[in-house]
Amino acid sequence: MTQTKTKKLLIYFTFVSPAVLLFALIIMLPFVRAIIFSFQDWDGISTDIKWVGWSNYTTIFHDSAYMKSFWFTLKYVAVSTLLVNVIGFALAIVLNMKLKTKNVLRTVYFMPHVIGTLIIGFIWQFIISQVFPQIAEWTGWHIFEVNWLSYPSYAFWALILVNVWYSAGYFMVIYIAALQGISTELLEAAQIDGVNRWQRMWHIILPLVRNAITICLFLAITSGFKVFDLNLALTKGGPFGSTESLALHIYQDAFANNNYTLASTKAIIFFIVLGAITLIQVFAMKRKEVEM
Amino acid sequence: MKDRYNSGKLLLELFMIALGLLFLVPLYLVFINAFKRYDEILTSASSLPELFQLSNFVTVWQEMKFPTVFANSLIITVLSVLGILLFSSAAAYQLVRRPGKMSNIIFLGILSAMVIPFQTMMIPLLMVAKDFKMINNLPGIITMYWGFGIPLALFLYHGFIKGVPVELEEAATMDGSSVFGVYFRILLPLLTPITVTIAILHSLWIWNDFLLPYIVLNSKAVQTIPLASYIYFGEYMNQWHLALAAMTLAVIPIVVFFLLMQRYIIQGITAGAVKG
Repeated sequence: MTQTKTKKLLIYFTFVSPAVLLFALIIMLPFVRAIIFSFQDWDGISTDIKWVGWSNYTTIFHDSAYMKSFWFTLKYVAVSTLLVNVIGFALAIVLNMKLKTKNVLRTVYFMPHVIGTLIIGFIWQFIISQVFPQIAEWTGWHIFEVNWLSYPSYAFWALILVNVWYSAGYFMVIYIAALQGISTELLEAAQIDGVNRWQRMWHIILPLVRNAITICLFLAITSGFKVFDLNLALTKGGPFGSTESLALHIYQDAFANNNYTLASTKAIIFFIVLGAITLIQVFAMKRKEVEM
Repeated sequence: MKDRYNSGKLLLELFMIALGLLFLVPLYLVFINAFKRYDEILTSASSLPELFQLSNFVTVWQEMKFPTVFANSLIITVLSVLGILLFSSAAAYQLVRRPGKMSNIIFLGILSAMVIPFQTMMIPLLMVAKDFKMINNLPGIITMYWGFGIPLALFLYHGFIKGVPVELEEAATMDGSSVFGVYFRILLPLLTPITVTIAILHSLWIWNDFLLPYIVLNSKAVQTIPLASYIYFGEYMNQWHLALAAMTLAVIPIVVFFLLMQRYIIQGITAGAVKG
């Protein structure tokens, strides 16, 4: 009896341990060390690692570049989350109708999303710096005359524009899947009852796709907070550090300035803020979901 | 619901087609300008090239060592994804079929890692990687992708296996099949749909990933396509004709993959999104 129990345990560990070991080595160990680093002061080279308690945590609140990147990231997340969801949802509504080209169009709108964000950043650097001036020449529109990447407010919107181009189709796909889950009988019944288009949208469709909205907001918020490649390739955080995302700032601080311990503290704060915001968002929205 | 094709729909359709074309314009511009001479791009970035010449591509192909970086990207992506599939399906199998406190702790522990941003563990990871000689070599970065890929894959497999009836496995055990036999011959074939989803989601991510290769792959022999593009682009900052040829080369494999696997990619995105 005990032998079979031992054998079962052995089988259990054979199957489970590779995943657990990899997880421990690649994720858990570095994560725990990051927490420990955040209470230390170390230049990355010397053998003398000092314990400094909470002082890194108080220092970073006076780090104006960090606070600036925090503020930029919050703005970026707020605006891009709103836009990619509204536009993705609008595309989904239209491409869920019986249009003749809907399958081709779904492919077209989704296509940018398979290209890596680093390449996307370079593609748009080309479009903005070389093609926009030509558009300005033909149309005479002032908005295309200025180089978007050399003025802070324009650079912000350049990032938003590129992110919308990159992500709208992705959110569209999730929303289409949700819309297809709504029974047509229900919508027909509503129509017979004389429900108009807007009532149908507000009182039937939106409540029924709330689950998808929760997921899409979560995805948009987390990916927005983590923006790095696009930021690096398109603006490098410039001009004047005005578009430096948190992820880029932490990277620069760690590897360009060799501030391992301070950068770890910033990364821990990043983790806590992101965790708190997504928890609140998912929790608040889950409570109001409609089960069908 | 009456969903007839009428003039309103036609107008909407035309608008969506126009918007779709506008969506493709950036890719079109990159493509056509990749065939131009440098000065031609500066004077007329929007027109078709006077002559579709391949010289930019030839230069980039050689200087970027495209065959090498393409092979690196392919090896890293394929081996990383295979490992992720194997380790997470094996773990999910036992975690689902042997429920209990231990299984719960392992499952929830690994799952909770999904909320940790990469930047948080990036700095110490580099030190762990140095200790284990995982810097600047393909086995090293592949092992890291195994680690980072496991949480989502485990989660998706876990949910899927719960829906697989246990009777088939029990019947196979009665017939004398070992646990490994059950896993490889009964369970894995049943898991094919979710395996395809996980394989595609992780392939897209790993193929396009930049930051991890950027910090752990320095030597030219092991670079991936995104990393090599970044370095190449940095060297030829304003040489748009070469940069655009490099971007075109970088984009073609993944766009072709997408067009071939479209249906599965869309399904994968939809299934993977449920992790929220």
